[in-house]
Amino acid sequence: MLKYTEDHEWLSIADGVATVGITSHAVEQLGDLVFVDLPQVGAALARNDSAATVESVKAASDVYCPLDGEVLEVNEAIVNDPAIVNADPQGAGWFYKLKLANPAEAEALMDEAAYLALVG
Amino acid sequence: MLDTTSLKTTPLTALNIELGGKMVGFAGYEMPVQFAPGVMKEHLHTRARAGLFDVSHMGQVLLRPKSGKVEDAALALERLVPVDILGVKPGRQRYALFTDARGGILDDLMVANRGDHLYVVVNASCKEQDVAHMRTHLSDLCEVVELTDRALVALQGPEAEAALSALAPEVAAMAFMDVRGVRILGVDCIVSRSGYSGEDGYEVSVPADTAVALVRKLLENPDVQPIGLGARDSLRLEAGLCLYGNDIDTTTTPVAAALEWAVQKVRRSGGTRAGGFPGADVILAEFDQGAPRRRVGIAPEGRAPIRGGTALFADETSTTPVGQITSGGFGPTTETPVAMGYVATALAQSGTRLFAELRGKRLPVTVADLPFITPRYKR
Repeated sequence: MLKYTEDHEWLSIADGVATVGITSHAVEQLGDLVFVDLPQVGAALARNDSAATVESVKAASDVYCPLDGEVLEVNEAIVNDPAIVNADPQGAGWFYKLKLANPAEAEALMDEAAYLALVG
Repeated sequence: MLDTTSLKTTPLTALNIELGGKMVGFAGYEMPVQFAPGVMKEHLHTRARAGLFDVSHMGQVLLRPKSGKVEDAALALERLVPVDILGVKPGRQRYALFTDARGGILDDLMVANRGDHLYVVVNASCKEQDVAHMRTHLSDLCEVVELTDRALVALQGPEAEAALSALAPEVAAMAFMDVRGVRILGVDCIVSRSGYSGEDGYEVSVPADTAVALVRKLLENPDVQPIGLGARDSLRLEAGLCLYGNDIDTTTTPVAAALEWAVQKVRRSGGTRAGGFPGADVILAEFDQGAPRRRVGIAPEGRAPIRGGTALFADETSTTPVGQITSGGFGPTTETPVAMGYVATALAQSGTRLFAELRGKRLPVTVADLPFITPRYKR
């Protein structure tokens, strides 16, 4: 199941675990990323907590946690080479995996068609 | 979409949009922050080839001496700047600072001697107040004429000479900070060999109705690409150059800003034209005693860019800041974060380790020599 947020994150959800990243649209707006700060593995995050920080040449932006959950794994590759996020934001440029506290809550997020309509 | 209703345009705004510029409001003007390649590639292109910048938002002003003698305009302007203007020879330009009564900096500017008058370029964000300031204090000796019918374009990078000299061969013989009147595309331009990138290059003042033709002609050269304000900022930051409003303002003095080199000996204590500018008592005393804080380069040790406004601390636990970042970001050429800021003078020595507080963490940084790159000015 692929879901999106108004904060331009995508979630690929399987078996109650969401792989979370930022959308192609977000990456286009941010420009070249030069720094990514990811959450600690094991961290318990609540919806709308700041989960990660990305910095482009231009500015720093927070990446908010879309749902309550626990961080299972983070993508260290993008810390070492933030350009991976620019090159493949919805694939190799994933940020972290979140074990969802209430998987059913994901149903309320946007599907791809709704997100694409939002960003025009 | 950008609400442009309250923004002014330049003679190149329509072309910037046509070229794919992502437009933002800057100093009241609609300006391109970047083009399709993005800040990183635009920055690297400028250092490798040549970047073309619309800087028409900046103020261009002529100071015409009523006596007809340029020396009178120079001496008049020396009332407002702690700089040896009389010593600027015809065909040369010099960096200068407008100071206030407290020794703070009202703006920075370039002053060129054009033989029978001075040509001054000031920052966009300050130009109205600068023009008013000059009118108030110089009108007894000079006519102060703002040039509102000209564009200003900067061509920066190692291929700038080849690109511009293809249109005007004589510019190749110019040295850094030379200024000349040059016919380009059949119109009279003012060309200086200078810029704001740390690279060799030129700034060309061109009549507004020829600006688009000039830029299109330069862009026919595959080495020349349009560059936005984003890369202009990262280029100048790597080059250690101050941005007015960030790194210098009315709370910073020339000595605190490490701009002593801009105040020639003739204007300092003991010089033949010592003082005589606003804030001279404060500024000249600081030449003897030093300033309490000093502008320095800051090299973050990690990968995280540390931006303007970030507080600096002497160690990981102290609660009182010892300084502040005034400009910071990522250096595409250095491939590291780069920054500058002010620290207590006792901590201004290169190599001093400090800590920047970022998102609640204290990250180690080192006081570094400026610039971060080796400038390639053609001296």
